[in-house]
Amino acid sequence: MEKRTDKNSYTILFAIGMVLIVGSLLAFAASGLKGRIDENKRIEKQQNILYAMGVNENEGNSAIFVSTDKVADEFSKYITKQLVIQDGNVTQDDEAYLIDVKKEKALAKKEGYSRRLPLFIGEKEGKTFYIAPIRGKGLWDAIWAYVAMDENMVIQGAYFDHKAETPGLGANIKQRFFMDDFIGEHLMSNGSFKGIRVAKGNADPKNRDKTDNEVDAIAGSTITGDGVSSMIKSDLKLYMPYFKNLKNK
Amino acid sequence: MGLLSKKDAALIKDPLTDNNPITIQVLGICSALAITAELEASIVMSVAVLFVMGSGNLIISLMRNIIPSKIRIIVQLIVVATLVIIVDLVLKAFAYELSKTLSVFVGLIITNCIIMGRFEAFALANGPWRSFLDGIGNAAGYALILIIVGFFRELLGAGTLLGIPVLGNPIPGELSGVYKYGYENNGFMLLAPMALITVGIIIWIQRSRNKELIED
Repeated sequence: MEKRTDKNSYTILFAIGMVLIVGSLLAFAASGLKGRIDENKRIEKQQNILYAMGVNENEGNSAIFVSTDKVADEFSKYITKQLVIQDGNVTQDDEAYLIDVKKEKALAKKEGYSRRLPLFIGEKEGKTFYIAPIRGKGLWDAIWAYVAMDENMVIQGAYFDHKAETPGLGANIKQRFFMDDFIGEHLMSNGSFKGIRVAKGNADPKNRDKTDNEVDAIAGSTITGDGVSSMIKSDLKLYMPYFKNLKNK
Repeated sequence: MGLLSKKDAALIKDPLTDNNPITIQVLGICSALAITAELEASIVMSVAVLFVMGSGNLIISLMRNIIPSKIRIIVQLIVVATLVIIVDLVLKAFAYELSKTLSVFVGLIITNCIIMGRFEAFALANGPWRSFLDGIGNAAGYALILIIVGFFRELLGAGTLLGIPVLGNPIPGELSGVYKYGYENNGFMLLAPMALITVGIIIWIQRSRNKELIED
């Protein structure tokens, strides 16, 4: 005799039931936890921005953020101004750090939309930092960074992160030995924007030459490295006009 | 063993040795290649798979009499995917740092063939307790190989273990430890082919010690 579970009607009912149960379970979990997840993401953004300008608790070789309970205070202490640049117009916006760079990049592909560029200005020990978020593609998924510069577009600090690069290879862009190489590197060359290339076979592996527009690549991470080079080139270039105006003031 | 009967204990023990999912059943190779460049990643993946396999096997076993056989693979897939997504959401809300390390593995867990293999071969035909043990056993066998491979790849490829330099300082001009005597890290160990070769060496050692495992 045919088993009850082999019947078509049973199979269809089972499938419908399962979809309903699993679907509502997931929807319930996702909406129930959304508040906490968004809060975690907001804190992380503040931590990233502070990290780039050198406000962190680094120990030895590991990159450590300011702790989550202190981050809100530190953020309002060090970040003095948040700007949004759109079409060359600069406006102040205290929630500029919440701008979704991914969304802006997607919108910018449409005609007639000019991207909103957030820029955070931080003050530490009498020095001014200009911190810009950038975003690009790695090997598997998105990579992004917060780059702190001085008024001459010389990098003062950087925090890189990634969604799904290979552990041990591309994922190492968020290790200090890679990020720290960027400190002091010039983005400009002879008065024009050149960016910084993550270079293989670099003649300067200890990164002593800060004006060569190159840092040493990570072995086995060519595509992630190229992603880093190209997001620096495409995204930081957009901030060039702002820095030019800064000098003409 | 008191706690477990002899038959139950074998469910845990066999996958660790003579019925190892990676070296004998040759399942789960893809993730073993992908994430063993670092010891830490291997450990994180092992713990995640241990959890998903233990609870997944349990759930499938509890449902085994009501799952329609025609769509059982889909049902299994849904169970793994749901488990993994819920764990991911909970981690994102309560242990954000950990969830960022894990996010890479979420996709890999769902497609891990050991998990589907054990659902299909064991949980559908056995009771919940035995299925749970089988899940834990197979995940532990998988973890064992992952950790061995991760240990050697990180040690020989980067000279570190869990990110801590153990062989000295390889930077030219500041050489210390074994690097002073001309030792160099083998960057090739960090690439996938060397994971395959490392697994191959483990298989070789295992089969030469136990001739019964050799197939004609």
